[in-house]
Amino acid sequence: MMEHLLLDVTDVSKRFGGIHALDSVGLKVPHGSIVGLIGPNGAGKTTFFNVITGLYPADSGMFLFDGKFYVPESVSEVTQSGLARTFQNIRLFGEMSVLENVMVGCHCRSSAGVIGAIFRFPSTKREERSIRDKSLQLLAYVGLSEYAAMEARNLSYGHQRRLEIARALATEPKLLALDEPAAGMNATEKLELRELLLRIRADGKTILLIEHDVSLVMGICDSLTVLDYGKVIASGKPADVRVHPEVIRAYLGQGAA
Amino acid sequence: MKGFRIVLKEALFNRLPRSAYLWIGIIALIILPWVVGASGGNYWVRVLDFALLYIVLALGLNVVVGFAGLLDLGYIAFYALGAYSFALLASPHLPQQFETIAAAFPEGMHFSPWIVAVFSIILAALFGIILGFPTLQLRGDYLAIVTLGFGEIIRIFMNNLDRPFNLTNGPKGITAIDPIQLFGISFAKPLDLGFIQIPGLYLVFYLFVLLAISVAIVCLHLQNSRIGRAWVAIREDEIAAKAMGINTRNMKLLAFAIGASFAGVAGVLFSAFQGFVSPESFTLWESIVVLAMVVLGGIGHIPGVILGAVLLAIFPEVLRGIAQPLQQALFGHVIIDVEIIRQLIYGLALILIMLYRPGGIWQKGGNNS
Repeated sequence: MMEHLLLDVTDVSKRFGGIHALDSVGLKVPHGSIVGLIGPNGAGKTTFFNVITGLYPADSGMFLFDGKFYVPESVSEVTQSGLARTFQNIRLFGEMSVLENVMVGCHCRSSAGVIGAIFRFPSTKREERSIRDKSLQLLAYVGLSEYAAMEARNLSYGHQRRLEIARALATEPKLLALDEPAAGMNATEKLELRELLLRIRADGKTILLIEHDVSLVMGICDSLTVLDYGKVIASGKPADVRVHPEVIRAYLGQGAA
Repeated sequence: MKGFRIVLKEALFNRLPRSAYLWIGIIALIILPWVVGASGGNYWVRVLDFALLYIVLALGLNVVVGFAGLLDLGYIAFYALGAYSFALLASPHLPQQFETIAAAFPEGMHFSPWIVAVFSIILAALFGIILGFPTLQLRGDYLAIVTLGFGEIIRIFMNNLDRPFNLTNGPKGITAIDPIQLFGISFAKPLDLGFIQIPGLYLVFYLFVLLAISVAIVCLHLQNSRIGRAWVAIREDEIAAKAMGINTRNMKLLAFAIGASFAGVAGVLFSAFQGFVSPESFTLWESIVVLAMVVLGGIGHIPGVILGAVLLAIFPEVLRGIAQPLQQALFGHVIIDVEIIRQLIYGLALILIMLYRPGGIWQKGGNNS
């Protein structure tokens, strides 16, 4: 069973002062799947993302990624190991062009140093060309080719979210962790996003998804984990989770259950 | 206005092939000191020489402040390190003070400025990293305060290291520093080519032009590289930069080190050119002037930074030249002291430019004023 899991996190706890933001949270993400992490506002979803990607230090927990134990301490090292993320509040490099944003994503898969950058050796030039080509391909992949030269901050909201995904893909992740990618999108954009996510999965990537949009989550996720007040209250196939009494209580209130 | 700009651009750039502009530029730079020297005298050629050193300084600071977004108010300290390195290694000061050194160098200490330049690149880069390490977690105002302190510490050391043993000669500074030499040609006296004599100041100008162009090319190459993109990413959003797998610590230290090394080289040439250094040349005011060149010209934009450096290096000298005659012509006598009026107009110009062009005179992308 173990070898089929890309991410296996158990017993993660995180306190902020007196608040137990995460209380023994566990999550398993099998290779090639789309796993959804849902829950009401303030349930601890983003905190969980921040902990597994090394942005916040965990108080406790076991972290297994791609068959190796790791301690999420450094965001950049987590990304280098193949776990890339996007942010709920979009964090693009606003004054850089759309293409440059993706090129930054290629940073950890390229190697030119200062000397190479200054003297532009043939090998540096070759690497630079391949970074550019790869980034242009990724822009085409998410459908942003026509905006390549535009400053990222001038993109529409939905396009900014897609650019974040392209940028994360540029780091060549095994696991793509998306924090509410559909937030602020209209119905058409959500449909396009759904297609994009399915395509990414079909191309061999695994996706961990925080999302509020229930229809999107139910439609594409292979399994769901539901958080409420920092605890896992249900986990399993979308159809089962949907009718779980705890989930209904968390979303609709005590009386509904 | 926009239509006019386009017409102007067409007229300037689309009529001739690019190589023609390159040649026009080269010829213009070759004859510039002769024209300036003939019309304004050597004083103005010196002003030009210093303007070129300021270009190197501003480009170096632009790496730290413009690219990586790290506000550094103590930048001039690295200039001081370079200047004092050469002053100590190529003047009679150390042999006079320490017998062992005098014994080791019976002919006096005369290190080549080029060897010292390499040495100061390493030394300044090292100090850049030393400054960078404790400040890695700091941003904005807090970083500015620490770097300001660092700059002052270096200056105060230079000012006080004449006791208990005389290393820097304190506020009196170090004199009789060797002039710049290249292939046995001294830049302190005219070069006789047989048909023409090139004054030393003009030689210095040519050398500094080459230096400034090389530094500009290095900056341009860095900007359009994996390293430069990582710096800008850190400036724009440090957490997102980390999430792209960028080792932000190393990249920030690298920015400090590279910026510092440019200042180190400029410092060596400054001290060789001037023949004299003292702590007075490395005050906080100098750091602020270089920062003003970067911000005013167009932060993060190399041509803008060069323009800013040239303008702010030359403008005060122009004011110095016209303030007195202008007052005399208008009022018959000097009402306000020239130095005061110079500072006033200088400050006013800075305020006006920042009000009307907050992104700098020549910012990235051009027309977005």
